[in-house]
Amino acid sequence: MKKTLLSLSNLTKQFDGKTVLDSLNLDIYDGEFITLLGPSGCGKTTLLRLMAGFEHADAGTITLSGEDLTGTPPEHRPLNTVFQHYALFPHMSVFDNVAYGLKMEKRPKEEIRERVEEALAMVQLQDYMRRKPHQLSGGQQQRVAIARAVVKRPRLLLLDEPLSALDYKLRRTMQVELKRLQRELGITFVFVTHDQEEALSMSDRVVVLKDGVVQQLGTPREVYERPANLFTARFVGETNFFPGEVESIHDGAITVDVFGLKRTLRRPDFPVREGQPLHVLLRPEDIRVLDPADEQGVAGKIVERNYKGSTLDSVIHLDDGTEVLASEFFDEDDPAFDYRLGEPVKVSWVDGWEWLLPEEADEPVHEDALTDA
Amino acid sequence: MPSITRQPFRTAVLVLVWGWLLFLVLAPNLLVVGASVMTRDPGTFISLPLNLDAYRQLFDPLYLEVFLHSLYMAAMTTLVCLLIGYPFAWALSKLGKQRQLLLIFLLIVPFWTNSLVRTYALKMLLATNGLINSALMGLGWIDEPLQMLYTEGAVIIGLVYLLLPFMILPLYSVFDDLRQELLLASHDLGAGRFATFIHVIVPLTLPGVLAGVMLVLLPAMGLFFVPDILGGSRNLLVGNVIKNQFLDARDWPFGAAASIVLTVTMAILMLAHRLSKQRIGEEGAG
Amino acid sequence: MTRWLPRAYLVLVYLLLYVPIGVLVVFSFNDSRSGYTWGGLSLRWYQSLFNNNAMVEAMWNSLWLALSAATVSTIIGALTALALHRYRFRGKKVLNGMLFVVMMSPEIVLAISLLALFLLVGIQLGYVSLLLAHVTFCLPFVVITVMARLSGFDESLPEAARDLGASDFTMTRTVLIPVIMPALLAGWLLGFTLSLDDVVVSTFVSGPSYEILPLRIYSMVRVGLKPEVNALGTLLLVFSLVMLMLSQWILTRSKR
Repeated sequence: MKKTLLSLSNLTKQFDGKTVLDSLNLDIYDGEFITLLGPSGCGKTTLLRLMAGFEHADAGTITLSGEDLTGTPPEHRPLNTVFQHYALFPHMSVFDNVAYGLKMEKRPKEEIRERVEEALAMVQLQDYMRRKPHQLSGGQQQRVAIARAVVKRPRLLLLDEPLSALDYKLRRTMQVELKRLQRELGITFVFVTHDQEEALSMSDRVVVLKDGVVQQLGTPREVYERPANLFTARFVGETNFFPGEVESIHDGAITVDVFGLKRTLRRPDFPVREGQPLHVLLRPEDIRVLDPADEQGVAGKIVERNYKGSTLDSVIHLDDGTEVLASEFFDEDDPAFDYRLGEPVKVSWVDGWEWLLPEEADEPVHEDALTDA
Repeated sequence: MPSITRQPFRTAVLVLVWGWLLFLVLAPNLLVVGASVMTRDPGTFISLPLNLDAYRQLFDPLYLEVFLHSLYMAAMTTLVCLLIGYPFAWALSKLGKQRQLLLIFLLIVPFWTNSLVRTYALKMLLATNGLINSALMGLGWIDEPLQMLYTEGAVIIGLVYLLLPFMILPLYSVFDDLRQELLLASHDLGAGRFATFIHVIVPLTLPGVLAGVMLVLLPAMGLFFVPDILGGSRNLLVGNVIKNQFLDARDWPFGAAASIVLTVTMAILMLAHRLSKQRIGEEGAG
Repeated sequence: MTRWLPRAYLVLVYLLLYVPIGVLVVFSFNDSRSGYTWGGLSLRWYQSLFNNNAMVEAMWNSLWLALSAATVSTIIGALTALALHRYRFRGKKVLNGMLFVVMMSPEIVLAISLLALFLLVGIQLGYVSLLLAHVTFCLPFVVITVMARLSGFDESLPEAARDLGASDFTMTRTVLIPVIMPALLAGWLLGFTLSLDDVVVSTFVSGPSYEILPLRIYSMVRVGLKPEVNALGTLLLVFSLVMLMLSQWILTRSKR
């Protein structure tokens, strides 16, 4: 059974009268890799800083395995942080940086040396112990920062957008590396990012945050395939929103009118009534582009096509003006598969691949949301 | 072709700049070095033969005492400036950006005001029948005026008053650069306030301390008008000795040797500053 | 944490910095001859200041010297900065080093070295020797100010001008000078005040033919108290403040 390690309850934090976190509750399990995901200003970094003890909550409590940490200063919390810009001490060697935390614990010299060497070996930097941080590359500095934080064997490791300063390729390498470390160390990782791809590929669970409120908490698959609301749907991955209206309701299924097509879809969890407008969400890879002569599907024409290596991404302009993103894998039988601009097509999808969400009063769907990543 | 048209302008600029610096910086300094190893001459100021008499004269007990006393007052000045300036710069760097700029402006306003006039203003305060004594006697705290003017303390107060901004500005600049994240990282790794101060804040602000020391210690040995106005005849600086030797006693070799002592002190301080910056990787350490 | 403690400390230090200046200003309007007791409001020290011909002459001399020294050092300093920034030439490090040494070395060292030079070469001590000396110690400050401006400047602008057919001189005049104009003004003002305030170097390289204000003040304040100095100091303070605000105004205006 999953054991709760860190429990946040009713955390509230305001800066200059602006609410950054609004009575937030979250349980973090022992040994999991959990990611706080959201746009800048959503409160994810504040949440992390509250856990680390750099900020104090206006209300609410933080407990670690039942022990109240709310008023404990950072130096007495059994958790450590990997900072966004690494925060390596520039006047100390790599060795001294990693040894710093152990020296503060007044460990014997011999033990410090052994543990530092072990930590540096784990991030493959044992040959760089005598260097100064400014003599290392960004990726190496990142590894030192991780070694420095894990050498104290914290119960929990907090990572504040640790990969955001690295270039794309290095990021991918470090993502794999971090996953490996987390598995080997068995430490709980709390990872903050605004990059949804990173969040999906690394985490056991993802917390989607907006305006200091949890929008959704779930596995990457749940968040991507069954977004709890329009915000999550829009923020995580690209999505096509089709306006639909409930025509009739059956047991376990409803008939929905989408662009004049009558489609019978699985009945959603939320209550529905006849005539109710709702959103039909389809990921670009769920879209089927059909021949214009096909009977099912909505007519439109290709307005853009982008070759992406493994997929062909296209934008289709429907007759009513809606833009649709489609992402199709290349077919081995037809490697030359391509569209011309202006080519008439029809758009459809396989029943059951869609996801339904109710209209939300405060969440109007703007046209630009369709292309918003 | 651009490479042809650019030549005359470039040449003119380089000749002017080099000419000025060679004639008014390099030549005079070589002259001083030369003068320090020559012999005093009443007519032409200096003459052959070459010798080290001037340097030997520096160790004459009479002058050695003046030098050591000057060094002591300069060191005290520097220490007081550091003690006042360090917390000052720290507190300043914690304020909002807009307020910081205003306070920095207020700090340099006195610096833009004639330093003689400011030294004179101190004299008004410190004199035997000056404002401080009048105030203290008025309050009944003392019965007769304190002798503050023409003391060692007055010279140090004067030097601190004139040189404090030169200590604060480099310190402010290092505190301004000090990344908050590093302090958080230190706490995060288990260090309390005191340990963070000793292990992180002090080493990272050291270049600023050394720059401030350099900017205060050297002028504090050279500003001869401060003892002239506040110190009387017993509290002389190296600057007074140099001035007397050059302008009154006309002993150039000795005056030059004394000024070379200052230059060597400067070189040592500059080296220390450079090393401290290399330690934190701010200047190319290779 | 207590927020008021650091603030109270800041206020205290500013008080210490400004009390002497405040006393100076207040006592410049003091009718009493004594520098310590208040004898009522009066402008008599300002009057006696302007009735003193030698004093007025020293003022004009100082002003003229500061104007010319600031102007010459700005021109040479700007050219030096441009050369350091744009040209590759031998001995660049030596040149930089010399400027740095001038800036860091104690004034008195510069003073005696220039005195030795002037006496040896036979330059009469007076306006010319003062000007050469003042330009020399102002130079590094102008160079630094202009270099700072140039280092934050888009490298492709001069290249674009050259690409469009401007000669090096035309490009400097039409592109670089306008860009560094605020720095030139700031450097000029800095040079102006440094020159006006200088005591140490001037003591050595001035002669009886050209008396300047700081030396005149120096001879007045060495012994006893002279109420005229209060009046003069107040005038200089107001003058510096106006100049400082002017430079701030120019700098902020140029940022828009």
